[in-house]
Amino acid sequence: MGYPYQPHHRETTVLSQYFGVAEARTLDGWKKRGGYQALEKALGMAPADIVNVVKESGLRGRGGAGFPTGMKWSFMKQGDGKPHYLCCNADESEPGTFKDRELMRWTPHALVEGCAIAAYAIGAETAYVYIRGEFTEPLHWMNEAIKEAYAAGLIGKNAMGTGKRIDVHVHKGAGAYICGEETALMESLEGRRGNPRIKPPFPAVSGVFGMPTTINNVETLIAAIPILMNGADWYKKMSLSNPKSTGTKLYSVCGNIARPGTYEVVMGFPFRDFLYDVCGGPLPSKKFKAVIPGGVSVPIQSMEEADATLMDYEGFVAQGSMLGSGGVIVIDNAQSMVAVIARIARFFAHESCAQCTQCREGTAWTTKIMERIRDGHGTTEDLDTLLDIAEQMTGKTICVLSDSCATPVVSGIKKFRSEFEELIQGRRFHPVVSAVA
Amino acid sequence: MTPPPEILGGLESPEYASHDRAAHAPYAPVFVAGSAARRELDELMPRYPHKMATLLPALWILQRERGWVSEEGMAEVAALLDLTPAYVKGVVTFYTMYHQHPVGKYFVQVCTTSPCAISGAEEVAKAFLRHTKAGELGVTSADGRFTVIEVECLGACGFATPVMINEEFIESVTPEKVPQLLSRLA
Repeated sequence: MGYPYQPHHRETTVLSQYFGVAEARTLDGWKKRGGYQALEKALGMAPADIVNVVKESGLRGRGGAGFPTGMKWSFMKQGDGKPHYLCCNADESEPGTFKDRELMRWTPHALVEGCAIAAYAIGAETAYVYIRGEFTEPLHWMNEAIKEAYAAGLIGKNAMGTGKRIDVHVHKGAGAYICGEETALMESLEGRRGNPRIKPPFPAVSGVFGMPTTINNVETLIAAIPILMNGADWYKKMSLSNPKSTGTKLYSVCGNIARPGTYEVVMGFPFRDFLYDVCGGPLPSKKFKAVIPGGVSVPIQSMEEADATLMDYEGFVAQGSMLGSGGVIVIDNAQSMVAVIARIARFFAHESCAQCTQCREGTAWTTKIMERIRDGHGTTEDLDTLLDIAEQMTGKTICVLSDSCATPVVSGIKKFRSEFEELIQGRRFHPVVSAVA
Repeated sequence: MTPPPEILGGLESPEYASHDRAAHAPYAPVFVAGSAARRELDELMPRYPHKMATLLPALWILQRERGWVSEEGMAEVAALLDLTPAYVKGVVTFYTMYHQHPVGKYFVQVCTTSPCAISGAEEVAKAFLRHTKAGELGVTSADGRFTVIEVECLGACGFATPVMINEEFIESVTPEKVPQLLSRLA
């Protein structure tokens, strides 16, 4: 972690090792720490060889979907005569997730380097880093880093003196969660409303400006650097669980927990140890009640499920949830699950792009009914109505925002039904422990 | 017994509600030839294969220069980029960070999305409303200095509650810190 606390001894800090080290933000500081050696190495390799190393390493997308990165890169048809583009998704807005913000504000050069490597590997001359507008600090540091990298000739029309052109540009978003959806991001980059596109065609065929495009999360692109330097086998070995999930993963931890922050552990780390040991456990005199392990879009876990989870793509699925973006939201027994879920629903109602009826209407009505129950005006039928709406919202829309709103509602009713029923039956929510000043 | 947290605003929350547009000066174009704003925009053009891709950056420049994005501003940007004013308005209304009405000198955004909500964000929002005398979310204080809104996820959930005052991003704000944060502002 490194900021605001020292790394825990059970963390494996690969990407986060310079968090809190202001010097690592500058070009000199980054070079002193081995910066741009991976790019130099990459530019001496054939693009297909880079793709193979990444494929071999088992690296999977760190933005939420977990798609194998090397395979994604290999979809880009080389020599098709069309301009290729790389988009870096830095529109981090999934509630609970803030790891990319830390990566960009402490190690901006790592992202410039990662973008340059990936752009070269997929045959692109231009990389756009789409950063959400609220991230003023990451925007500042990324702009500075890009300026330094151009001035030093590391990127530009003659990147590192190799005669290859690699441009990296920052594009500032303007406040829309949906622009973190890959096709909405491309629409937004083109100067349009951020409405997701129907797939196919997939971005590798027709992406931004109608050209073959690869889009990767910040963490994914930065992870390519140590993979190139240390080799695929080194990366593959960082797994305690299964060969399908390799390497380290950053987790943003927030909510009712002693030490919130960004942590990095190897795949397969026991979730129980992570929550109680690495992150310091519950707040004084409180107990954990539930965890949302991958940002608000993934199913809520009960503590029994969380305690049994091994932290990797398959491990979270086996215990009723998903790894998602690694945004761990911890909820303790002083919170009402109904209030938490109502607030999540309101987030999605606010952020729906309103293209699809199921989502536009579904998110709004889910919010109204959830807030009605929270305020003590719910009826028993409301629970069935919520589940019915959720059913209509799942798998029926252009993108998965609609599904993401239904997920916490369905998992919440399934796992914490008694809290809903108590409110409906006129008994207010009683926190187990009264609030401590 | 603590009642469940009551959520401020709601879907119908009157963001950027009361303001008298007529009180503001007539529109002076931002992107006139030779101006710094125009140069800034021209430098962005070669980054993209189409002019239209500079629409979001152009709107950012406009808002920085004028404080908000007015209909006249939209028309100016539209003419520059060979778009229609209606198209530009469609884009402006999609994104929450473009102000479609004038806002206070200090625009305060308090994150109250779930992770912050369970960490006491609502009390922070209330403290801002109280100390800025804005009183209500989305309404500018009588002295024109403050507009306070709730914002959906600022992406710093581990530093609850994050607050943005104009371009300044402040972590770990508690209700107790609000008076001190405001006293620094001119």
